[in-house]
Amino acid sequence: MSGYRLPTGGRVDRAKSVSFSFDGQSYTGLAGDNLASALVANGVTLFGRSFKYHRPRGILGMGSEEPNALVTVDRGPGRTTPNLRAPSVPLHSGLVASSQNRFPSLKFDLGAVNDKLGAFFPAGFYNKTFMWPRSAWEKLYEPAIRQMAGLGDSPTSRDPDHYASTYAHCEVLVVGAGPAGIEAALAAAQSGDRVILVDEQEEIGGGALADPAQWAWLTDARAQLLALSNVQLLERTTAIAHLHQNFVVAVQRLTDHVAPAQAQGAREKLWRIRAARVVLAQGAIERPLVFDGNDVPGVMLASAGRSLALRFGVAPGHAVAVMATHDSGWHDALALAKAGVHIVAIIDVRDDVSSDLLDAAGAAGIAVHLNHAVIGVGGRHAVKSVTIAAAGSSAARTLSCDCLLMAGGWTPTVHLWSHAKGSLRWDADWAAYLPDSIDDNVIAVGGGAGAWNYGSGVAVSNLPSPKPVHQQKAFVDFQNDVKARDIRLAVQEGFRSIEHIKRYTTNGMATDQGKTSNINGLQIASEVLSKPVTAVGLTTFRPPYTPQTFGALMGHHKDALFQPLRRTVIDDWAVANGAVFENVAQWRRARYFPQGSETMDQAVARECLAVRERVGMFDASTLGKIEVVGPDAAEFLNRMYTNPWKSLEPGRCRYGLLLREDGFIVDDGVSARLAPDRFHLTTTTGGAARVLGMMEDYLQTEWSDLDVWLTSTTEQYAVIAVQGPLARAVIAPLVAGIDLSHEAFPHMAVREGTICGVPTRLFRVSFTGELGFEVNVAAEHGLAVWQAIHEAGQAHGIVPYGTETMHVLRAEKGYIIVGQDTDGTLTPDDAGLGWAVGKKKPDFVGKRSLARPDIVGAGRKQLVGLLTKDPQVVLEEGAQIVADPAQPVPMTMLGHVTSSYHSATLGRSIALAMLVDGRAKLGETIYVPMPGGTIAAEVTGMVFLDPKGSRLDA
Amino acid sequence: MLLIHCPYCAEARPEVEFAYGGQAHIARPLDPSALSDADWEQYLYIRNNPRGRHHERWRHAHGCGRFFNAVRDTVTDKFEVTYPAGEAAR
Ligand SMILES: [Zn+2]
Repeated sequence: MSGYRLPTGGRVDRAKSVSFSFDGQSYTGLAGDNLASALVANGVTLFGRSFKYHRPRGILGMGSEEPNALVTVDRGPGRTTPNLRAPSVPLHSGLVASSQNRFPSLKFDLGAVNDKLGAFFPAGFYNKTFMWPRSAWEKLYEPAIRQMAGLGDSPTSRDPDHYASTYAHCEVLVVGAGPAGIEAALAAAQSGDRVILVDEQEEIGGGALADPAQWAWLTDARAQLLALSNVQLLERTTAIAHLHQNFVVAVQRLTDHVAPAQAQGAREKLWRIRAARVVLAQGAIERPLVFDGNDVPGVMLASAGRSLALRFGVAPGHAVAVMATHDSGWHDALALAKAGVHIVAIIDVRDDVSSDLLDAAGAAGIAVHLNHAVIGVGGRHAVKSVTIAAAGSSAARTLSCDCLLMAGGWTPTVHLWSHAKGSLRWDADWAAYLPDSIDDNVIAVGGGAGAWNYGSGVAVSNLPSPKPVHQQKAFVDFQNDVKARDIRLAVQEGFRSIEHIKRYTTNGMATDQGKTSNINGLQIASEVLSKPVTAVGLTTFRPPYTPQTFGALMGHHKDALFQPLRRTVIDDWAVANGAVFENVAQWRRARYFPQGSETMDQAVARECLAVRERVGMFDASTLGKIEVVGPDAAEFLNRMYTNPWKSLEPGRCRYGLLLREDGFIVDDGVSARLAPDRFHLTTTTGGAARVLGMMEDYLQTEWSDLDVWLTSTTEQYAVIAVQGPLARAVIAPLVAGIDLSHEAFPHMAVREGTICGVPTRLFRVSFTGELGFEVNVAAEHGLAVWQAIHEAGQAHGIVPYGTETMHVLRAEKGYIIVGQDTDGTLTPDDAGLGWAVGKKKPDFVGKRSLARPDIVGAGRKQLVGLLTKDPQVVLEEGAQIVADPAQPVPMTMLGHVTSSYHSATLGRSIALAMLVDGRAKLGETIYVPMPGGTIAAEVTGMVFLDPKGSRLDA
Repeated sequence: MLLIHCPYCAEARPEVEFAYGGQAHIARPLDPSALSDADWEQYLYIRNNPRGRHHERWRHAHGCGRFFNAVRDTVTDKFEVTYPAGEAAR
C-alpha cells in the first residue's frame, strides 16, 4: 500500500472529515482534499485503466495535466460527468465517483489482455488492421473497440442543471494566480485599472500552495486582492481559449464543489472577457521520464508527490524513490523528507549535480545514485520496487519502494499564448518552447515564460537502459497509450513531420492535449530523425485548454431559448382552435387544424376539399414583405427581378422571380405596385432577410445612384388569405371603399380600402388556383380581422387551413416552393418558369448566366409532374428516379421527387420532381426504387388541376 | 472574436454584428451581355486567396446595415483598415 495521511502539515482541515465513495466503496477524507489526495491518503493507488491496453494506472500529476486518473462523478439523475481528472475534483461530503474503462472491475479487467497483445497494437494499428474487410469493420471491429477502448460514458438523460454566461471587460486580465500572476494583478491594480484574475484551482496560489514558506504571503496577497474594488478574482475558473484581440473565454465552476443538495443557481458560468492587456501566468508542467514501467501506479511526477505531501498532508508512499534529470526533483525530495516522508534514494542520470544538493541529501540521510537510471519497475497494480543501473552497465540493483517520483524538468504552459498566435522559440536550457513574440498586447510571466528558477537539468528522450526500446513499456502519452517505440516506428515507416507523427501515433491527441507528452514525443522524434527539435516542428495547441461541459458552452441557449420562435398575431387563435404546428424559418406556423380524432391526412383532405368547394382561410403573415419606395423603385426592381416591372401599372400585381448572378432561382413572390414610386414586395417566408440583404447589397454597392429605399415590413402586416369560390362573398360585407367585382378588381390586382373599419392593402392573388384574396392589415388588427372573417365565413362553411393543405393545393396547380422544388441549381427554364423572364430586358441579376453553355445545353434537370401507376401510392419526397430499375447498383440517378402528396380533390397521389431532360420525357414511365419495391410513375406536366386557370376568374 | 471598426458608425464592434461579403472591389460589369463566357466566369467565380493582405467586403448587418471594405491579413486575421464602399482600394 502506498500513501497515507501525514500526522501534520498540508492545507487540509483536520477537524473536518468528509465522507465520499469511489467505485462503491466508502472512504473518508478531509475538507480541502481533492478526490486524488483523499484516495491516496486512503491507500488507493489504482485510479483507472488505460485507453488502449487497459493497463492499471494511478495518478501522474496533481493538476489539470493529469492524463490517467479520469473518473465519472455522479451528482444524481442526468448529472453524471465523465472524464473528470481526479486531482481537479474537489472533495465534498457525499461525493460519488467511479473509475472508467474497466470491465468488469478495476482490479480484474478483461480488456487488459490487450496489454499482453501489445506487440500487435503498434502505431497506426487502427489504420493498418481495420482497413479490410469493410463488413468486418462495421460488424466486428468497431463495436468491439467501442466496448474495450474509450473513456467514460456520456449521460443519456437530460441535464437538469442550468448554465450562465456573461461578458466582461477590463484593462488587465491575468490568467493564473500563482505567485507571478498574483504579483502581476496586484501591480496592475495599483494604477486603478480594472483587473480580472482567473485561476482554475479551488484556491489561488499555484505552486505556492505546495510551499508552506509562502503561505503567509499568500494569505496576505489574497486579502489584498479581495479588498481592491477594481480587482475581480475568479477562482475555480479556467481560461480555455485566447482568441483574437485579447478575447478570452473562461469557464467558472459554481456548484460542483458542494454537495448537490447545497448547490444553488447555475452550475457553471461562461465568461467572455475582452481585455486591453492579457498577462499569461499559467506556470509550467513537470515532464515525465520515459522508461520501462513508467506507468505503474505509484510512479508519478515529483511535483505531484510534493503537492500531495505539502499541500494535502498525504505521503505519496511509505518508501519513496526519486528519479531525476533535473534539480527540482532534489528539492522536492528534500522537502518531502523534511515533511516526514521516507526517501529511499535519489537516482539521477547526471554525474555532476551541485555540491549543495549533494550535501543537503547527505544531511537528510538520503542515498544518492548519480549516473544511474531506473530501468524497470516491479509491481503491476502498485509499485513494489525499482531496478536501477549505472549508464552503460548491465549490473542492476533493486530498491524496494512503493512510490517513484519522476523529475524530468519543466514544460512552460504556452497553450493560451499559442491560441493567440504568439510565436515560440526553442530554449535549449529549458529543453522547451518558450513564448517569443505576439501581435496583441499580451505578456507571459513566471514559469510559463521560462522566468522561474527550478534549477538546472538535462533533457533525456529515453532513460538509458540495457533493454532495447522495442521491449520496453515506456510510455510517452499516458492517456492515449503511446509508447516510445510507437514514435520510433512511425519515423521508421517514413513519417517526418511532427504533425503526421502525432496523428499516426495519436501522441498528444487525447483529452489532455499532450500536456505531459508533447515535448517527450518531440525529443524522441528528433533523436530518431537525427534532426534538431526545431527542425521537427511543433504541433498546434487549440482551445479548449481543458475539456469542458457542453452545458457551459451552450449557456442559456437551450429549449425555448435555443433559437427565437416567431409567432404571428393569429398564433393564439390557432392554439385555441387545436392547430398542429410546424416551424418554418423560426416561425411557428399552423400545419393543420384537426377536428375530433382526425389524422393529419384526414384533416388535410377535409381542408383541401373545403377550399376547392367553398372557402378556406389561411394565416400567411409570415410571408416576407419589403416596402420599396423612391423615384427609381421600378428601375431598381427591373434590374433585380427577371420580369419587367416598369410597365406594371399602379394597382396591379406581378409574380417576381429573383435569381443570383449565377442564374439560379433564389426567391420568388407576388408583388404589387401601389403608386409610381411605391411597391409592396413579398418574399418566401424563409428568404425575407436574405432577399433584403441581397437588395441592399446591390443598392449600396453597385447602383448607389438609384434613389430607392428598402424597408422590411414583414412583421408590420398580418396577412390573411381567403381562398375558394366563396371568398368574395365572405369578405364583401366587411370591406369598404373597394369594388370587389371581377371586372373592377381582377386577378393579380391590389386595392386599398378598409376591412372591419381598418385600413387594408387587399391583394387579389391565389396560391391555391381558386378565387382568392390576401388581406394585409396592420399587425395589431390582424387577430380581430381574422376573427371577423372567420365569423362572417360561418354561413359559407369557411374552414381555417394550415401549411400542409397550402402545400397540397399549390402542388395540384404546379406552383413551386423555392427551396423545396428548387435546390439552388435551377434556372427559370429548368423550373418551367421561362415565361417569367423578360426577354426584351437588356439586363437583370443573373441574365448573363442564362446564356452560359452549360445552362443552355441539353441534359439539365427540369421540373415535371409525376403520376404513379398505382394512384394510391404516394412517393417519398427525396426519393431517387431511375430509367431502368433492373440496372446494376449503383444505378444512374436521373433526379428526385421534390413534392409529393395525396390529393383529395383528384382522388389520387401527385408529385413534382426534378428530372434530367424532364420535359422531353412527358408520357414516359420512370421508376423510383424503394426498400419495399420499385414504384413506376408517368412523367406529366406540372399542373394537375384546372390547367386553363378558369377557377381564378370566378 | 474579432473587433471590427465600422467606418460609418466609427466604432469597433464585435464580429457577431457583422456579415462577411466576399472579396472586395469586384465591380459588376456595366453590360454583362458584352462579356465572353470566360470573362463572365472570371467575374462570377474566380477569387483571390492570398496569404496576407486581402481586400474584402463586410456589412454591419446588425448595426447600421451598411457595406464597407476592409483589408485583413489572412495569416494574423488582423484588420489593417476599413473604409466606406466606393472608395479606392487601400
Ligand atoms: Zn456601422
